[in-house]
Amino acid sequence: MIEIAWSNFTPWSALAGGILIGLAAACFLLLNGRIAGISGILGGLLVPGRGDIAWRLAFLVGLIGAPAVWLLAAELPPIEINAGYPALIIAGLLVGIGTRYGSGCTSGHGVCGLSRLSVRSLVATLTFMGAGFVTVYIIRHQLGV
Amino acid sequence: MRYHIASLLAGLIFGLGLIVSGMANPEKVLGFLDIAGLWDPSLAFVMGGAVVVGLGAFALARRRTLSFLGFSMKISTNNHIDKRLVVGGLAFGVGWGVAGFCPGPGLVALGAGEFKALVFVTSMVAGMAAFEVIERRRTKA
Repeated sequence: MIEIAWSNFTPWSALAGGILIGLAAACFLLLNGRIAGISGILGGLLVPGRGDIAWRLAFLVGLIGAPAVWLLAAELPPIEINAGYPALIIAGLLVGIGTRYGSGCTSGHGVCGLSRLSVRSLVATLTFMGAGFVTVYIIRHQLGV
Repeated sequence: MRYHIASLLAGLIFGLGLIVSGMANPEKVLGFLDIAGLWDPSLAFVMGGAVVVGLGAFALARRRTLSFLGFSMKISTNNHIDKRLVVGGLAFGVGWGVAGFCPGPGLVALGAGEFKALVFVTSMVAGMAAFEVIERRRTKA
């Protein structure tokens, strides 16, 4: 049986944040004609073509600068990172290789791919979400970490 | 110039959305991925909200050959489902489950000054670089 963590459940802020993420993807698509896929935007910097660097950097500056802009108006909500350093390194390597090999992450396949009704992106999204569920199950409930 | 300003704004709004939604917090993400524990379904609402807006945007984009700023539309039409897609997705999903970070939230947490996010992002970029090296060897062979 699934037990819901009602005390942590934040449907309204989640929905509001989701709408903002959707608006960002919509802006990028309708103004620049591009997919807001973060792993692709970042990974493309490693082997950039001509005229292909500045817009990627601009997007990433906006993304990384978001907490600073937020701080102008309010305190940041908590960011709790409980993984240890070895886990963070392994996770980073897997996320880096996996998103490039599979051509996308939560934003490119998840948000944008599902929005363009791509079966390919649906398969990718179900795959990484499934792997995420299984991984957390093993770590928390089998290994008991 | 307009292209770069639009990119900057899109990145900024995306980042603010990640902060508002709770996705920038790995513990929140892991609470969503932990179905067998006390499950926090909030992040399903993040995806839902984003996709509802996205559906409208892509429906509009599909009827255009140029963007509203006059740039060519670069939308993938690839619908090929292959081993790379699935193996890559599996690796990404395992990494996501290990730390609770996917690429966007990792970068936002880095921007918030979290040292652990720097470790994650550095490893992620190293992983992306490893991918490029492997790809180059593969295409040469």
